[in-house]
Amino acid sequence: MYKEILQSIDNIQVWPVISFVIFFLFFLLLLWWTFTADRKFITHMSQLPLDDDKLSVQPTKTTSL
Amino acid sequence: MELEKIYYDNKIVKAFIIAAVTFGIVGMTVGLLAAIQLFYPIFNFDLQYTSFGRIRPLHTNAIIFAFVGNAMFAGVYYSIQRLLKTRTFSDTLSWVHFWGWQLIILSAAITLPLGLTTSKEYAELEWPIDIAIAVIWVVFGWNVIGTILRRREKHMYVAIWFYIATIVTVAVLHIVNSFEMPVSFFKSYSWYAGVQDALVQWWYGHNAVAFFLTTPYLGLMYYFLPKAANRPVYSYRLSIIHFWSLIFIYIWAGPHHLLYSALPDWAQSLGVVFSIMLIAPSWGGMLNGLFTLRGAWDRVREEPVLKFFVVAVTAYGMATLEGPLLSLKDVNAIAHFTDWIIAHVHVGGLGWNGFLIFGMLYWVVPKMWDSKIYSTKLANLHFWLGTLGIIFYALPMYTAGVVQSLMWKEFNPDGFLTYQNFLETTTKIIPMYMLRALGGVLYLSGVILMTYNLIKTAYAGRFIANEEAEVAPMVKAANTGGYWHHVLEAKPILFTTLALVAILIGGIIELVPTFLIKSNIPTIASVKPYTPLELQGRDIYIREGCVGCHSQMVRPFRSEVQRYDPKNGEYSKPGEYIYDHPFLWGSKRTGPDLHFIGGKYADSWHYRHMLAPSEVSNGSIMPAYPWLFDQALDKTSTGPKINALRKIGVPYPDGYEETANADLEAQAGKITQSLKAEGYEVAPDREIVALIAYLQRLGMDIKAEKVADVAK
Repeated sequence: MYKEILQSIDNIQVWPVISFVIFFLFFLLLLWWTFTADRKFITHMSQLPLDDDKLSVQPTKTTSL
Repeated sequence: MELEKIYYDNKIVKAFIIAAVTFGIVGMTVGLLAAIQLFYPIFNFDLQYTSFGRIRPLHTNAIIFAFVGNAMFAGVYYSIQRLLKTRTFSDTLSWVHFWGWQLIILSAAITLPLGLTTSKEYAELEWPIDIAIAVIWVVFGWNVIGTILRRREKHMYVAIWFYIATIVTVAVLHIVNSFEMPVSFFKSYSWYAGVQDALVQWWYGHNAVAFFLTTPYLGLMYYFLPKAANRPVYSYRLSIIHFWSLIFIYIWAGPHHLLYSALPDWAQSLGVVFSIMLIAPSWGGMLNGLFTLRGAWDRVREEPVLKFFVVAVTAYGMATLEGPLLSLKDVNAIAHFTDWIIAHVHVGGLGWNGFLIFGMLYWVVPKMWDSKIYSTKLANLHFWLGTLGIIFYALPMYTAGVVQSLMWKEFNPDGFLTYQNFLETTTKIIPMYMLRALGGVLYLSGVILMTYNLIKTAYAGRFIANEEAEVAPMVKAANTGGYWHHVLEAKPILFTTLALVAILIGGIIELVPTFLIKSNIPTIASVKPYTPLELQGRDIYIREGCVGCHSQMVRPFRSEVQRYDPKNGEYSKPGEYIYDHPFLWGSKRTGPDLHFIGGKYADSWHYRHMLAPSEVSNGSIMPAYPWLFDQALDKTSTGPKINALRKIGVPYPDGYEETANADLEAQAGKITQSLKAEGYEVAPDREIVALIAYLQRLGMDIKAEKVADVAK
């Protein structure tokens, strides 16, 4: 039945191919990037949640409950 | 380098926390009530506003949108300010977002018990509220994107990507699934019908789980877990791969909710394949979370925050392995429509979302109130009550699901169903329902302890409404190294667009063929639109939430065909649903399937059964519906309903809206006469008459076709 449904759309056969190519190329790029990424940059990024304490001075109380 | 002084807005976080905890308690209490109703039907109180069918969506909506939603907003607003080193974009937008969202919750809490529902799961709210949700969601997105644009940290940490994906995808899902044709201010019909409607709904339903309950919470995990453990995430590289593969793959998996249904096979297979693929990114994320605690496991023994996080991440891992396994057709054949699914979602809800929220609150409240947790002992007690609660919830439900499913499918040596009466399979699992409620009590009491603990913590400290921080301004240096993902992380708008493209590809490929399916669906000549009385009856069926316990989808199994259509041996076909706005296939069988119920019993049987189910079927746990016998049918809505349905493709002849009520009255007269003949007097304008008309219609089209075939 799927053929009937799909054939009713013009050039439907390209759609999955295009999406697969985009999908696959993107992942190749992504893998390539993650494995070659600068170690310093990766360390900087992974420190971000921890850094926000260090950068800020001790919290001052400006208003009360 | 000169440091700038900025103030983080804690007030908005506080407001969302209070809302989350309050609605969490409300939503869980309603859930507990629904759980108790399943073994003591008397707790339906014979009141329409508190009957199970209306309470269940109240519970799911309260938990998803009020509890998990508000907690998500609290966590997002807390973390983006600190990760981006800036105050939120606009305080006004924050407060419009907060009050708008609470107003939506309030209107849901009023309309759902009133029976104003579209009946589409997790999208039950009627069209005016749908519009309000879209507006408030845009406000939230605007505020977050605005904050990102004002950031002082060039690169967006992975948590922010998860937030962006959440904002973009939920907007798309909500809008596409909410296309509906209004009849009045409180009533609409889904734009889509039957198979299309089912596919759009479960594309939405599945991705609501993905992008409302999962991606934002993964963002929160990537922020709060490293903070609480005081060490960076195990692998930042893995988190990048986790993000992109998760959002690419998740969007495709929706059809696994419709296996063995009337959905085309290709779509079912697509759902299965992508569901299995989902294991990889999900487990990548889970392991990334757990490995973050490497070398800190000794602290897990002492620190309640970390305990909650460990169980949350473990529950995420279990649920995301179980989900793909459930989407294998053989497993699904057993698990679908049973309490197994209820167990599955609650491992996710109670374990992953709940425990991540509790851990986050125990961490963030002492920070924001510049205080220490009031009682670590109580927090530990909460942890154990919650954990036991999950176990007492999930194990009985797994047992109930498997037991009931096997009973449905058991044949005796003569080739007949061993348990011909569906009710036998329900009464068998009632002890499991009782244990499940115990699990709920444990979990809820833990939450109440937490609330007390957090209030005490807050009062022991002083609330820091505007938290001062000194940060360096953003350095506008050119990208070094030329790595393209660097560029992406520094360009939020481009990033958002790419995330949108990623989810749209999956959505379009999955949905477009089904939008065109109408012209390709094998039509069944004998399938006709509902008569006005049946249509009104169907709307009562929707209002009372019958779909919460009764499916209308006989799967192509010998056991189901023999149970539901022993005479003709039919299962449900796509062509039978072409006039169903919305589809009512259901996702859970607490009672039997009703797709072929028409003509199975006399009108008088339905009459007595709706009035007192347990008197007709001994041991039935179905609520009674006495109000249907008192309330008069609103006939003024017939015309507008016919008009609305005609606009979305149901072939009622032109001008039929004028004469529809005459047909309605004639059919009602026939039913009241047949009831009278059996000794039951009822006025023809009572709602019960319309409901009986609808129930007696179900499956009759296909039976009519059989008769025609025989005649040929």
